[in-house]
Amino acid sequence: MSTASLAAPAAIVEGRLVSVSRVRGLGAFLVLLAAVAAVPLGLGTRAGVQAAFDFADPPAIDLGILHMPVRAVCVALGVVTALLGAWLLAGRQRRGTYLVFTAGVLLFLWAFLTWVARNNDLSFTQLLAETMVSATPLVYGSLSGVMCERAGVVNIAIEGQFLAGAFLGAMIGSATGVLWLGLVAGGLSGAVLGALLAFLALRYGADQIIVGVVIVAFCTGLTNFLTEQVLSNHQNLNAGATFGTWAIPGLARIPVLGPVLFHQNVFFYLAAVLLVVIHVGLFRTRWGLRVRAVGEHPRAAATVGIHVLRVRYRNVILGGVIAGIGGASFTVGSIGEFSAGMTAGLGYVALAAMIFGRWRPFGALSAALLFGFAVSLQSFLAVLGVNIPSPFLSMAPYVITIAVVAGLVGRVRPPGADGVPYSPE
Amino acid sequence: MSTTEAPAPAPAPSTSRQPGRAERIARRVTEANLAVVTVLAVVLGLFVGAILIVVTTGQSFGGVGRAYGALFAGSIFSPSAVGHAISTGHGWSAAFTPLSETFVAATPLIFAGLGVAVGFSTGVFNIGGQGQVIAGAICATYVGFGVDLPVWIHLPLVVAAGAAGGAVAGFIPGLLKARTGAHEVIVTIMLNYVFLYLLSYLLVTAPLQQPGQSNSISRTVPQSGRLPHLFSGGLRVNGGFLLALAAVAGVWWLMQRSTLGFRFRVIGSNPLAGRAAGMDAKMATILVLTLSGALVGLAGMSTLAGTDFFLSTGYGGANGFNAITVALLGRNKPQGVLLGALLFGALTAGGRYMQAHTGVPFDLTAVIQAVIVFFVATPALVQEIFRLRSAPGEKKILLFTKGWAG
Repeated sequence: MSTASLAAPAAIVEGRLVSVSRVRGLGAFLVLLAAVAAVPLGLGTRAGVQAAFDFADPPAIDLGILHMPVRAVCVALGVVTALLGAWLLAGRQRRGTYLVFTAGVLLFLWAFLTWVARNNDLSFTQLLAETMVSATPLVYGSLSGVMCERAGVVNIAIEGQFLAGAFLGAMIGSATGVLWLGLVAGGLSGAVLGALLAFLALRYGADQIIVGVVIVAFCTGLTNFLTEQVLSNHQNLNAGATFGTWAIPGLARIPVLGPVLFHQNVFFYLAAVLLVVIHVGLFRTRWGLRVRAVGEHPRAAATVGIHVLRVRYRNVILGGVIAGIGGASFTVGSIGEFSAGMTAGLGYVALAAMIFGRWRPFGALSAALLFGFAVSLQSFLAVLGVNIPSPFLSMAPYVITIAVVAGLVGRVRPPGADGVPYSPE
Repeated sequence: MSTTEAPAPAPAPSTSRQPGRAERIARRVTEANLAVVTVLAVVLGLFVGAILIVVTTGQSFGGVGRAYGALFAGSIFSPSAVGHAISTGHGWSAAFTPLSETFVAATPLIFAGLGVAVGFSTGVFNIGGQGQVIAGAICATYVGFGVDLPVWIHLPLVVAAGAAGGAVAGFIPGLLKARTGAHEVIVTIMLNYVFLYLLSYLLVTAPLQQPGQSNSISRTVPQSGRLPHLFSGGLRVNGGFLLALAAVAGVWWLMQRSTLGFRFRVIGSNPLAGRAAGMDAKMATILVLTLSGALVGLAGMSTLAGTDFFLSTGYGGANGFNAITVALLGRNKPQGVLLGALLFGALTAGGRYMQAHTGVPFDLTAVIQAVIVFFVATPALVQEIFRLRSAPGEKKILLFTKGWAG
């Protein structure tokens, strides 16, 4: 809380400034990646082996297949990555650190993908398109977190709202045959849970993290119970229909970007709209200024006439709606049928994404994309038959999240009054 | 419900009359103290469960009676079995089976609940119970089948391995938090999945996998590595329960009587004061998460060496998460954790019996547990629902955890 944030060194607290030791650490990590790219991946591959990147996917214009010599590409990328790492290691330059680091990691990924696609055919477009699909629920979850926590309420119940939204989305969508109603039902269930969190936290001053954890436990138990008691006996309530994809005319024909960004389903487009709306709303409008004031210093906000509790109630319920819709995206948005525990902790990953993004929508987006990429890469590697046991592939996104939170993010500065009960008198 | 008794008349203003015994009791049961709130929370939990049964089965309240009858018969005692034992003079083990099952189910919850409670009282939120249970169970299994020793040395080694496995799983988030500031809530949750997948890898790999098996099942711990049964006659309650009771006493001593525990509590309630007094908050974070992990690891060991003897996919089930609710129910006090774990153990044992005998899914008990903790976490709500008096000295707001920056 406030006492602890005082303790953190200013260099780390202030967004872009990074401590020298961390810059060095990142540089050393890049050098390590470079060594991996150049030696086992590059020199470990026989000369003359080719990798094929497929750039053809239906709605887009066919670009054909790009062939690359694996050995040469990996070594070259390794050298460039090493240079970037050395620059970080040597430099005292603090600004632009993350940019250089990101560039280095992307170069390494390019080398890795080239190596993976040796003697093989890798659809780059599909890899990215699946990244978007995996990232979509995380975007909803982290936006829900941003909405709540910017107003000073910790919403750790996102996982529960996901489960409720997924369950009701599938059930209502199947029962009525109207998928849109499933989406709406998902949002409503999230709203009810958000209202419950707000009610217990704001009216009774209950610990928000605890109430959140209990909401997750409640939703897990309830959806498991209802799945066994109701859905398993009534298959027609879990029929498994999903929203189709919409191709945006014209834009969908752009190579790579078209299928990735303009040939998705309604949940993807809605997430994109929400992302922009919430970003602009929070940082460019009077509403956003009020929300942030309530989250940073509720007493000061109250003295200028802002109704603190009303702002909090509204934001937590809206955040619940967003998380509930994100939950519905698990069923009517992608898989169709509900199964017990299907959200697999992604609600918590979404929280990590929000923290990684420093409570900003687009920051959270970058974390969601990173995790989504790890998930989709993992399923690609499994299909391509890479010689890594599948449990380790499944583990990778979670390990990467830990590495990112520990290595890149470190101590964070949440909104000043985040999680602190407020009483008007 | 408990307010049927009329409040005692106010004492006469002029005399300082001591309230009578009955009056004092009447006062105690109509004010929002810890015990009353907890009992009423249980009542509310069962009430919500009853509504769920009625709504999903379309039965009348008779169905609820049958389900809750089974819940009771599976966890405390079944009148028919006890009657049989009394009238015939044997069959006593059948009469005590429900209680034995309650203790068996409570044992891991005691260990894990203690672990989470130790974290909470130092301001650290350990949601990594699931992973630590798995880590403890994996290590205990390795030592269980890996060495061939007499029981008096083998069993302590199995217990120690369980604690060590959990300790390592707790040390990682502790170190990361102290060194890099990564928040333990995130790291421990992510580690749950890491250990879950690690287990599913180990279960299909030598040497952990049962030879000649294609299923995900580990080797079996031999007799010398198992916690001994406390009674003959097939009751499953075992030495793990006694160890858990010892852990309750140990944690109570650590937190209430030792210097280290005092440091933990100071840092938990006021980090600034702790630092001013020269306490090393980072070291405390590492120590607490390691200790918390070790206790949770013992939970994994206790089910493995006590009742299961081999590992399978998703080992430990919900014990890691239920530990959080047990710690909350017990308000982070060791003796409270013991009572909370016994209650949830009874719900678990009874829930299994209920599913087997009435077909009402076991998951109902998870809902009941969640509702109970809802109300325990918000005593003010219970007070308002039942129009209870405020209890003197009882805190209305219970702030256990700290925000992200803590």
